[in-house]
Amino acid sequence: MNLDSKIASGPLSTKWDAHKAKLRLVNPANRRKYHIIVVGSGLAGAAAASSLGEQGYDVSCFCYQDSPRRAHSIAAQGGINAAKNYQNDGDSVRRLFQDTIKGGDYRAREANVYRLAQLSTAIIDQCVAQGVPFAREYGGLLANRSFGGAQVSRTFYARGQTGQQLLLGAYSSLSRQIGAGTVKMYPRHEMLDLVLVGGHAKGIVTRNLVTGEVRTWSADCVVLCTGGYGNVFYLSTNAQGCNVSATYRSYRRGALFANPCYTQIHPTCIPVHGDDQSKLTLMSESLRNDGRVWVPKNTADSGKDPAQVAETDRDYFLERKYPSYGNLAPRDIASRAAKEACDEGRGVGPEVGGRRLGVYLDFSASIQRLGESVVRERYGNLFDMYENITGENAYRRPMRIYPAVHYTMGGLWVDYNLQSNIPGLFVGGEANFSDHGANRLGASALMQGLADGYFVLPYTVADYLAGVGLSGRPSVEGVEYRDVLAQVNDRVNRLLKNQGKQTARSYHKQLGKIIWDECGMARTRAGLTKAISDIRGLREDFWKNISVPGTGLDVTPELERAGRVADFLEFGELMCRDALIREESCGGHFRTEYQVDGEAKRDDARFAHVAAWQWAGETAEPIRHEEALVYEEAQLSTRSYK
Amino acid sequence: MVKDNHSHSAEHVLNLRLRVWRQRRGQPGAFEEHALQGVSTSASFLEMMDMLNEKLVRDGKEPFAFDHDCREGICGMCSMTINGMPHGPLPGVTTCQLHMRNFRDGETITVEPWRARAFPVLRDLMVDRSGFDKVIQSGGFISIRAGSAPEANATPVPKDVSDAAMDAAECIGCGACVASCKNGSAMLFVGAKVTHLNLLPQGQPERDRRVLAMVRTMDDAGFGNCTNQGECQAHCPKGITLDVISHLNRDYLGARVKAFFSSTGKVRRGGD
Repeated sequence: MNLDSKIASGPLSTKWDAHKAKLRLVNPANRRKYHIIVVGSGLAGAAAASSLGEQGYDVSCFCYQDSPRRAHSIAAQGGINAAKNYQNDGDSVRRLFQDTIKGGDYRAREANVYRLAQLSTAIIDQCVAQGVPFAREYGGLLANRSFGGAQVSRTFYARGQTGQQLLLGAYSSLSRQIGAGTVKMYPRHEMLDLVLVGGHAKGIVTRNLVTGEVRTWSADCVVLCTGGYGNVFYLSTNAQGCNVSATYRSYRRGALFANPCYTQIHPTCIPVHGDDQSKLTLMSESLRNDGRVWVPKNTADSGKDPAQVAETDRDYFLERKYPSYGNLAPRDIASRAAKEACDEGRGVGPEVGGRRLGVYLDFSASIQRLGESVVRERYGNLFDMYENITGENAYRRPMRIYPAVHYTMGGLWVDYNLQSNIPGLFVGGEANFSDHGANRLGASALMQGLADGYFVLPYTVADYLAGVGLSGRPSVEGVEYRDVLAQVNDRVNRLLKNQGKQTARSYHKQLGKIIWDECGMARTRAGLTKAISDIRGLREDFWKNISVPGTGLDVTPELERAGRVADFLEFGELMCRDALIREESCGGHFRTEYQVDGEAKRDDARFAHVAAWQWAGETAEPIRHEEALVYEEAQLSTRSYK
Repeated sequence: MVKDNHSHSAEHVLNLRLRVWRQRRGQPGAFEEHALQGVSTSASFLEMMDMLNEKLVRDGKEPFAFDHDCREGICGMCSMTINGMPHGPLPGVTTCQLHMRNFRDGETITVEPWRARAFPVLRDLMVDRSGFDKVIQSGGFISIRAGSAPEANATPVPKDVSDAAMDAAECIGCGACVASCKNGSAMLFVGAKVTHLNLLPQGQPERDRRVLAMVRTMDDAGFGNCTNQGECQAHCPKGITLDVISHLNRDYLGARVKAFFSSTGKVRRGGD
């Protein structure tokens, strides 16, 4: 298969302009005749749906939540990067590009990343105009903070709720279009499959989560902005409903899934406390601006009260190992360092399952330097959340943190137009693979979601529509739609009629444990091989013993959960397979066989490419395709933060 | 199991009696009673509900449907009335951030959906809050097309104004204000959005039509009026205060007066 990324020729800085100039347009009077389906209403989905609606297209937007305002983009805390250089500290589009491509350990597509950096500044303009109340200085101008993996201060923020404010901004624009009638919103609808007609994406199948109705929708094209697959780990910082089904079902219809093994383990989350836990809570990376990460130097001190560990007996391991970035080392590196400290027996906090999995994030120096009120103003909501969950006061004693799954860099393969290998299937935001390589820098997810939605998809979707013309939309009565609908109904009924005794959650937990142990922060050939066979066994067991109470003709939460877990049980295997074949360490993908002095050892000769997987049937092994990563301007170098 | 050491908050286990609302769409509902043993005090309230539901599914029974998603207090999806209080007894938190250490061993806990005319029950503890979306669709935005924004720093916004707008913008749209109000009023929710947008310089061009349209839609959606009881403020998990209702009333009055004295004598489109 020829994976044509459709990158324009010429210097990086002019590629997007050159490309845009060639994209075809749709006459304003014809736009309302095109029906566009957008699945997902997070930053990418809401921004794409509203922007396409503003242009005059007939848009339908679907989300599984009760309102588009609840999409999980809302939970992003720390901020959004943009190369505004308001701080006069040497930032530029090129610097943001370089930081992002280096942060991704040279496994992202260069031209996409450069475009992202270019569009970053327009995003801030757009959001401010929408009324997003970003933090400001006394002079009335916008404030910035620092984030991991950068030596400039370029992160814009709204207290600890930047994602909330950006999403509510996108939601307000979306709401305006819903009110204007250009966008029809379908909340409490879950996409269960993709419909192809003549090889083009021309519709979807959804289930109404209130009435249980399963039905088909026809459209001129489909835009998936359905987020990441972090919940394959069961415990993650994702929302409970986040799932891989929309992208995985599209993969089974022929879309390529790229780099599924690239997952981000975020270093600063509240540690696991017990067996009945349902989610892990992030403590924003911004805390590392003012908090110092440490563990005791000696294992004997790991069970002690932190106040009883003398300053000289503390190991500020990030400052020690990475002096130039210190506590603001990138996420993959900070997470691995925390894991190593705990593996050495120097972890802190209560023992869970016989181990102490936690490190301290200590604010005492900042509180002394700045005063408690300043720290409270910056992070008060996070300290409150920490206290709600742990019952501990972080102004008085250091926070305990441990890495947790947070974001997935892999996703459906897309070209420069954000179009998958299936014509008419576009993928934006976390659901695609293109911009973050093997590791995402903090405050870049919001940037990417909004860049895709506001400033890329509105151009590239128009180009596709202009190409297929107005006769392109098939009737929803067509045989292709009926076939897919019948398959979806079969699967739903199979789940409902199964006479098992086990809950979907119990399978999800078991799958999560396999993935976390073998495809988490450290991966080995033996572990991944075992994981693949364990997952297969678990999947077989699932279809024998799953129990889904209810008729499916009403609100049936167990049916929703079981369907998602069934897809995770297939997807998890693909993820391990990708990790097994990538015999190198890069970014969040750390194979213990490939390291130098404890740092990731990339193998550019063999693996400077995107791995894009093609489904080959229920029993056949998937086919791996490669898109070579060609760097025209970035210099591949060993990624060092020392 | 977690082994406690030094001053970490001690974990205990609770045995509870739960009275949980069971209802199908369009039918009358009733409480169902269940005993639940071995609930860790470290668990969140929703994790306790997960335990109950897992038990029900294992027994071949239907679990209780409830709305929830982010489980970190920001999406606004969770919505339970716990012992008569929206989001439960702890001030300033959503249901998902309420932890079982706030309950006693042997306690009976009553769990109900939001109760308000404008929020019909869809199933068990799930209600339809689409009235909130309709209010936003009628005017809770600044009309700015993607691509048409001026440079972000072109309009300075004084920090105190920006901070006050942010205070109001923190609303998560959960509906606890409506559920706690004897009138089922949405004035705290609507006031928060009007205050957020009408304080900012970017929000000025649509200031009057925004408040008129949003209030009209709020009334049409079946929400009641405000009688200054203050229950909404007491139960808001994000600390939104009654100030936003004063702001809403002031802007609404100003807009109505302006509309009345407008040169043509006609009420403009978007007003009432």
